[in-house]
Amino acid sequence: MTGRTGRPTVPTDPHGATAMKITLDADKCCAAGQCVLIAPDVFDQRDEDGVVVLLDAAPPAEQHAAVREAAAICPAAVIEVQE
Amino acid sequence: MTTRPIAVVGASAAGITAVEALRRAGWTGPLTLIGDEPHLPYDRPPLSKQLLHGAWEPARLLLRTAEQLAPLDLDLRLGTRATGLDVATRTLTLDDGQRLACAGVIIATGVAARTLPAADGLTGVFTLRTLDDALALRDRLSGPARRLVVVGNGVLGCEAAAVARELGHEVTLVGREPVPMAAAVGPGIGELLADEHRARGVRLVTGDVAAFETASETADATADRPAQVDGVRLADGSLLAADLVLLAIGSEPAVGWLADPALDTADGLGCDAYCAAAPGIYAAGDVARWEHPVHGRPLRFEHRMNATEQAMAAARNLVAELTAEAAAHGTAEAGADGARPPERQPFAPVPYFWSDQYGLKLQAYGLTTGADQVQTTVLDRDARRAVALFGRAGRAVGVLACALPPRQLRALRALVATPLPWEEARDRVREATTAG
Repeated sequence: MTGRTGRPTVPTDPHGATAMKITLDADKCCAAGQCVLIAPDVFDQRDEDGVVVLLDAAPPAEQHAAVREAAAICPAAVIEVQE
Repeated sequence: MTTRPIAVVGASAAGITAVEALRRAGWTGPLTLIGDEPHLPYDRPPLSKQLLHGAWEPARLLLRTAEQLAPLDLDLRLGTRATGLDVATRTLTLDDGQRLACAGVIIATGVAARTLPAADGLTGVFTLRTLDDALALRDRLSGPARRLVVVGNGVLGCEAAAVARELGHEVTLVGREPVPMAAAVGPGIGELLADEHRARGVRLVTGDVAAFETASETADATADRPAQVDGVRLADGSLLAADLVLLAIGSEPAVGWLADPALDTADGLGCDAYCAAAPGIYAAGDVARWEHPVHGRPLRFEHRMNATEQAMAAARNLVAELTAEAAAHGTAEAGADGARPPERQPFAPVPYFWSDQYGLKLQAYGLTTGADQVQTTVLDRDARRAVALFGRAGRAVGVLACALPPRQLRALRALVATPLPWEEARDRVREATTAG
């Protein structure tokens, strides 16, 4: 967080250096698949009913922006991100 | 120097998403979220599904916990209604008389359930838009079997009919159109759903409501108690006996409070491709009609997915506009912390909606209403498994599936994301559905 001290931050991922932990409330999943479209390395869908499957509960920094986007966009508020 | 707030009007899915997206986009100034309901932001799709059924309690619908809201540092005003907006000064008037001069405003007031004047004041007649609506209807559906007439055979009416039937009630579904949900899913899949509702014991009726009948002992003009509905009279003279009536006849965008002539409120709040209704004024969710840059015409969706996507777009674009405004005035107070100035982006989503009825899942990408051609492929009539492709002006604009594994439909999304020529998309659907 360096906004006031001169060095520019990366606006797309200001928290890139911190760890991220993802938890799912998969019972609420409506199988929209938006998370898979946005972050296919982190989320997948079950074949039979499309319910979300977590591939990586602690994804690397380069995935963080996409995971935040997926969590925000999920129409059933299934994805919780802690960082 | 004090910074004016950004105010988000409407505290449902679009509103809560907008305030979070404003913070992520770098807005560090005051942030006000105004909601007319007394509840913390909650999710609406489960109202006509899990909540009505009794499978979920209201707490399950909360979109954010108090702990999740805290870091947003919101000025949260629940039970508060915005009553006016002066566009030139970006000043809101609230129902408590306060005036709120804002740096920017995002309007996410959604829609209200349409009602029928003839039903005014009758007990036993319900709508299904808010949590309180859903809990009131659920209370009446939790006891012994009753006769429910659902007026309106669109998505909401069909979902509620399915739940009530699963709970053991006697259900009649009345619509002006003979095929349920035909406007949203096309006639072919609508027929499959009609078959499913009939097989489950729902009575399907085509007709127009002429009047509501009331029980004779309470229809007495001297009685203080409001009259209890006991039947729905149709225009052809037939009578549907009812203990309960659900009106599911569509909705009206909540724009009645927006009287400033600078705004276009003909069908929702009119916006440009950036979701801007006027300088510093944006809209998102069910209330917003905007120029979709791919489809080249104004669209308005009452879909859960669009509420979040559009709220994120509106929030980013508002912050970009305020950042540019601040730069033009030589002040640096507004905008993101980063070095790269953000730029406004047109909002060009691939729309998505779903519906759950009995065990059937319907999912659609793209546009299904306003199509000039629909091709339905029934894959398994007994399982109600089918795919429909929707075309307009020679291009494939929407694809919808019933009871198809969601991954299979997701593979077809690309056909309509950038609309393909109709014949090419039709061939690709045929290949995908005959392969396995």
